[in-house]
Amino acid sequence: MRELLSPLILTFELAAVTTFLLAVTAIPFAYWLSSVNFRGKSIVESITGLPIVLPPSVLGFYLLVFMGPHGPLGSILEEFNIRLVFTFEGLVLASVIYSLPFMVQPVQAGFEALPVSLKEASYTLGKSKFQTFFRVVLPNIKPSLITGIVLSFAHTVGEFGVVLMIGGSIPDQTRVASIAIYDQVEAMNYGTAHFYSAVLFVLAFLVLVTVNMVNRKISGKTI
Amino acid sequence: MIEIDVVKRIKTASGEVDMHAKVDIEKGGFCSLFGKSGAGKTTIMRLLAGLTDPDDGVIKISGKTWYDKKNKINIPVNRRKCGFVFQDYALFPNMTVRRNVDYASVNKSNVDILIDMVGMTELKDRKPATLSGGQRQRVALARALAAEPEILLLDEPFAALDADMRNTLQNELKTIHDTLGVTTILVSHDKGEVFKLANKVYVLDDGVITNVGSPEEVFTDNTISGKFKFTGRVLKVEKADCLYILTLSIGTEVGHVVATHSEAHDLAAGDRVLVYTKAFNPSVRKI
Repeated sequence: MRELLSPLILTFELAAVTTFLLAVTAIPFAYWLSSVNFRGKSIVESITGLPIVLPPSVLGFYLLVFMGPHGPLGSILEEFNIRLVFTFEGLVLASVIYSLPFMVQPVQAGFEALPVSLKEASYTLGKSKFQTFFRVVLPNIKPSLITGIVLSFAHTVGEFGVVLMIGGSIPDQTRVASIAIYDQVEAMNYGTAHFYSAVLFVLAFLVLVTVNMVNRKISGKTI
Repeated sequence: MIEIDVVKRIKTASGEVDMHAKVDIEKGGFCSLFGKSGAGKTTIMRLLAGLTDPDDGVIKISGKTWYDKKNKINIPVNRRKCGFVFQDYALFPNMTVRRNVDYASVNKSNVDILIDMVGMTELKDRKPATLSGGQRQRVALARALAAEPEILLLDEPFAALDADMRNTLQNELKTIHDTLGVTTILVSHDKGEVFKLANKVYVLDDGVITNVGSPEEVFTDNTISGKFKFTGRVLKVEKADCLYILTLSIGTEVGHVVATHSEAHDLAAGDRVLVYTKAFNPSVRKI
């Protein structure tokens, strides 16, 4: 049983850690992007959005080269006895990069749609940028935050190409559900493949229904 | 005492101009910035609040320097103590009426007093989205006052309201100003409003202050050498044979005045008028 459930548990661990790291790093990044204007901003935005259009295997390949023991990052980490390829940590880093636009884009759009006067009003009431961000800005873009968090989570659950390139298929280490399905189909174990697929299918549907319901509730429409 | 002497390049209806604003306002006074859209009224308020930086100049409030280009002083917005009531009110949608005011309050015990002062006690648990324009306006005013500002800045606060609501809120604002005595600056393009509320008015045109004085001095025609003159509001225009009877409200009184066709043909209820008469005064000269 443990063996059967391992890929599912690993998948949700990976998605949870990735989403948490993205929430901490990508939300401030999106806020910064929404509030500045500089030469080359569209280049920064394009780099951020690249994982959406790039084939996952291409991204995976370059990450493998970059993070591998002879790559620019991998060779430095090797000095500290840290290895990223074919480890869970490597998967997390790759997933953060891969899912970055799914957090940044909705959240940035939310920040940009918020009237500037709300921030200005908070400043004139004697509040700092920090207080304004946490008490006025973030609570008022709740639908965008939920969308960003759920999309990042779901996207990480669903990734295949990048995970295969960086993680391979090591049981309990890097064999997530999407890889396990592929492995089981290759081994003609359709029953197990069905099990993993059905779990992901049902969860994906439930997540989307919940998000839509929450967003409709926030905007005051009927569920 | 507010002293503003700044230069800022602004975009107006007739292109980019260097606005040179020199404004002095007494402590506790009620001053109005009057002019067409795009004349630079809001910009002056934003410069004062610190939401926009001037290109050059000095802003001093009661002896304290808020901005000085030469000495590189620029006090940040959140330390200037300027209560700003925005045109769109800018109430925080995630907070109820009470929490909006509470968020801003320096002294928590004043929150309910202020909400009561603007007549919003019964609606204090409502979110801004469920309020009418006039109610939002009241909350915005209470919230700005809760921060205990040195200066209250009102950016066309009544522009989006209907005439009755505007009138009610103008009266309330006047009462609140008289009670609290906070120095107030009102941006407006409504002469009646300026007359009613302000004791000093700056007229702006394309970024230039073209006239300063009391509303009487600035708006009434000085060529009329009336012995007595009042400003009033037209309540009703009635035609009686070849004349018109105007019902006017002057101060707290309502009265009737007979007018000729040439005087009354372009008047309608709500217009501001000057009512004056010249006493018959025979003059004597040595011959």
